[in-house]
Formats: sequence, structure tokens, C-alpha cells
Amino acid sequence: MSDGREIRADCLVPGQAEGRVVLLDTPLSLWGGLDLETGTVADVNHPAHGARIAGRVLVMPGGRGSSSSSSVLVESARLGRHPLAIVLTERDPILAVGSLVAEALYGVSIPLVRIAPGQFSALSDGSRVRVTAAPGKCRVTVL
Amino acid sequence: MQLQAIDKALLGGELGESARRAMALLLRYGEVLGAERFIDIESAHIDSCLYHGRSGLDFVRSLLHGDDRVRVRTTLNVTAFDLEHPAFSEVSDETIVIQKAMVNAYLQLGCLPTMTCAPYQQAQRPTFGQHIAWAESNAIVFANSVLGARTDRYGDFTDICAALTGRVPLAGLHCDGQRRAGLILDVPEQGATGLERDLYFASLGYLLGKRAGTRVAAIDGLPPDVSEDELKAVGAAAASSGGVALFHAVGVTPEAPTLEAATGGHTANCERHAVRSEDLLAVRDALCTAQPGDPVAAMCVGTPHFSRDEFERLAELAEGSRAAAGVDVLVTTSRDIAAGVRRSGLAEKLESFGATLVTDTCTYLLPAAIRSAGLVVTNSAKYAHYGQGNTGRRTALMSLERCVRCAVAGRIVP
Repeated sequence: MSDGREIRADCLVPGQAEGRVVLLDTPLSLWGGLDLETGTVADVNHPAHGARIAGRVLVMPGGRGSSSSSSVLVESARLGRHPLAIVLTERDPILAVGSLVAEALYGVSIPLVRIAPGQFSALSDGSRVRVTAAPGKCRVTVL
Repeated sequence: MQLQAIDKALLGGELGESARRAMALLLRYGEVLGAERFIDIESAHIDSCLYHGRSGLDFVRSLLHGDDRVRVRTTLNVTAFDLEHPAFSEVSDETIVIQKAMVNAYLQLGCLPTMTCAPYQQAQRPTFGQHIAWAESNAIVFANSVLGARTDRYGDFTDICAALTGRVPLAGLHCDGQRRAGLILDVPEQGATGLERDLYFASLGYLLGKRAGTRVAAIDGLPPDVSEDELKAVGAAAASSGGVALFHAVGVTPEAPTLEAATGGHTANCERHAVRSEDLLAVRDALCTAQPGDPVAAMCVGTPHFSRDEFERLAELAEGSRAAAGVDVLVTTSRDIAAGVRRSGLAEKLESFGATLVTDTCTYLLPAAIRSAGLVVTNSAKYAHYGQGNTGRRTALMSLERCVRCAVAGRIVP
């Protein structure tokens, strides 16, 4: 993967973040799926069980529905065990609401962007990326 | 989004600070959904009142300003434990304090103390075509499918914001075009499957969720005498194994007098699955791996909350028998249904069987205070889906009639 490669994205919640990617091929419901004590994937049925989410840029196809996932994202922000940013291939209103509330309540910014499904393979687990999310100027840069 | 005068007033704080904050979040939410405008709602059902941590209390307190109140009839979903009997669950003192403070804050905002996951069992409920903002997956699917009311998938934070403003973005299942079935399941008759009636609907719902995911499906082949409780079981299961928020039962539910009506005239373009009896038996087998002789610690029913009819059926089945020593029988329901059951004398019959009425909660949210080692039997596919992960106890799905026999025997019986 070439340094400085840029992936176009849509901005769902603005912000900026830089960090290492945790890439999940399968959508993860944060409710029942994120261990708030450890910041890792708690769902034993998920292929990435045990992977660290806290302090990483979470890249996955989507959020898998459960509306309680908004609360879990906010609670992770309160505890300081939140992902640095979230990159999805769909517009997930549940995670967007969680991100907005985390910022409103605790001043924790978790930028949320959507990339085209075809761009998913351009990101790899463990690589460093920068997420730049602003309306009209939104991208994921592979560092 | 295009804003009407009311939306601008809400955003400008003319209708209070609580409504201003709520509307600001809904506007962002509407933008993510790609909605063009807001519409009025008639009622709201709140899931944000369920404890997930201290942030839930911080959030609702951020919405408390003066005498600001919800603008529509608003009911509350379950809480993490029975508020009057916290000892029914294994719950920490800190959780008790925060959960109770959360409920008090929602009551201060004018929400009704219903604490039920089945607000459609209340005397006052939405009518056909009404726009509402409901949270709680089983309530959403029931309101859309069985009542023909219109709610999208509301949830934490957006539910109370809708209640405080009386407005929601026009998107998702509020829109005609999103309510048509794109998938058809042709199902076998219950009698042909060999499954007991309640187990048939539970298994069918679970299969529906697996096949449909988040899509709208039409089920063709349900009996015309299917009860609301049976449709409740189908929806709750489908919203657990999948993300189903609306299904149509042809000839039964209000938007599906015919298959053509359910698909909006696009039947020929729909994906169509012929469900076989074996498919339903496979679902049942996956949710019940218990073997005859395995010890039973508890029977947990009422997920979603038991209706009056379900209490009567349980009392009938349990009459003259008693659960084995050490087996806990926990029946969850709402406060008003529990009160009716107590007034009518049904509660005494159930207590002589050994049952405990639990209100305000569901017994899988926190590990219930179950005395013995062993598994939990239930007739709820939703309980069987979530129970084990949440409480660490093995669960076994079976008919209510067999649940009663297992509770009496203290072990799994065929």
C-alpha cells in the first residue's frame, strides 16, 4: 500500500483523528459486542473476538442494527475506551447519534465517515490512517 | 432539510431549551438519514431509560430544563431490574441508584411510568396509519406490522428527542415506498410441522429474521385466526435473529389483505422462499440443545411482557401442579397487567405453582437471581437468543406446555 494514498469519503460526523486501523470484515453490534472494561470485541461469535477497539480507527461495513449501540459508544467515550474514529461502508444513523452525543456530553470527538464498499479492501488491519471529516472535504489517508 | 415554522421555533428555543437541544440532534440525525423534511408524531416509546452506564443519566439530565415536558404521549421501556424488587436480579448498588435516577428524570420530563417492552398491550395504543416514534425492536415491529402504525427504528437518544419535539425526519418506514415487502416466505401450516402452536410461531419468527435481515417480508400461509400474542412472538423473534422492523402476514395484518397489496403489486419481482417444515425444526433444534434429564434451574417467560391472555393460558397449564423445589419460575410483565392479574385471582393460582411476577424489566438483562445450577427453559425465541450471552446460562426453547412440565420435573423432559 502506497504512503499518502487518499480514499474519498462522506462525512457523517465531522472531526479529525489519526491512528492504527482495527478492521472488522463482519459488522459488530457495539451492544453486546464491545467490552467496556477492556475496550475489546466481547462477542464470542464475532470473528474478531478479542481485538482492541479502544484507541483505534474502527473500520467495518456497518453497525448491525441494535439501537443500544449508540449508548455503548457514548459510554465508551465517557470511560475513555472509545474508537478514535469510525469508518463504515454504509450510513449508520445509530453510530452517528452515539458520536454526536459523545461530543455533546463529554467533548469527545469520534469522527464518522462512509467510504464506498469497493474501497474497503484499500484499508488493512494494523495500518496507520488519518481521518479528515469535514462537510465537503472528507477523506481517509493511508500513512 | 426543509424546515417548517414549528421546526424553526424548536431549533430557536422558542419552545424551551429541552426541545431546542432535542431538535438540534434530530436535525443531524435527519441529515445522516438523507431526509428532506420533518413530520409530526402522535406518540413515543422510550428505550433510552434502560441503564447502560452513567452516560444514560448524564444524557437525560442534559435535557432537564425548568418545566420542559414531552410534547406527545410517551411511554417508557423496561429498566435493568424490577424497580420495586431489585433483589430479583444480581444488580450492584451503583446500578440501582443510577437506574432509579434515570427513571425519575424521564418521569420529570412527563413520560408515563409504564416500564414495559410491550406498550401495544396498554389500553391506549397507536392506530392505523399514525406516525409514531417508538424504540425497542419488538415494539417497533409490532406497531408497524400488527397495528399498521408507522415508526422507523428509533432508539437510544433519538426516541426522547422525538418525544420532546413531537417531530421526526420523514424517512425509513414512515414512507409508503419503504413499507412494501421485497421478500415472500411461503410457510407450511402449523399442523404439518409437528410443532406445538407457540413453538411454531417462535421458530417461524426466528427464521424470518435470518432470511430477511433488515428487509420487509410478507409471510404467506399463516392461519387467519392467528392471535396478537402469536404475531408478537413472530415479530420479537424476527427482530432478534435479524433486524426486522415490519413484516406482513397475508390475509392477517392491516397492510396485507392480499399478497399483491403487501408487495405493492411487485409480487413477481420479489425474492420468494418456500419454507419447509424441516427448516422450522432446524431453528427449534438450534435454540434447544438441552437433552432429557438435564437439570432445570428456572423457567423464564414473558419476553416480550406477558399479556393477560398468556397469563390465563399459563394458569390453565399449571393448574394443580407445582414447580420442583429449587426451580425458579419468573414471569415478566407490565405493572398494569400484573395489577389486573392480581385483582382477578390469577396471581394466586400462579403463585401456588411457584411463579413470581416480575415487573418493569426482562429477566435476561441482568442475571436473574436464580438459585440453582442448570438451564433456563423459555417459550420465547428472543429470550433464547439473548439469554445465554447476557446471563451466562444455557437456555432451551420449547412450548409453554413443555416448559411447565420441565419446571415441575426439575429437569428436561421430552
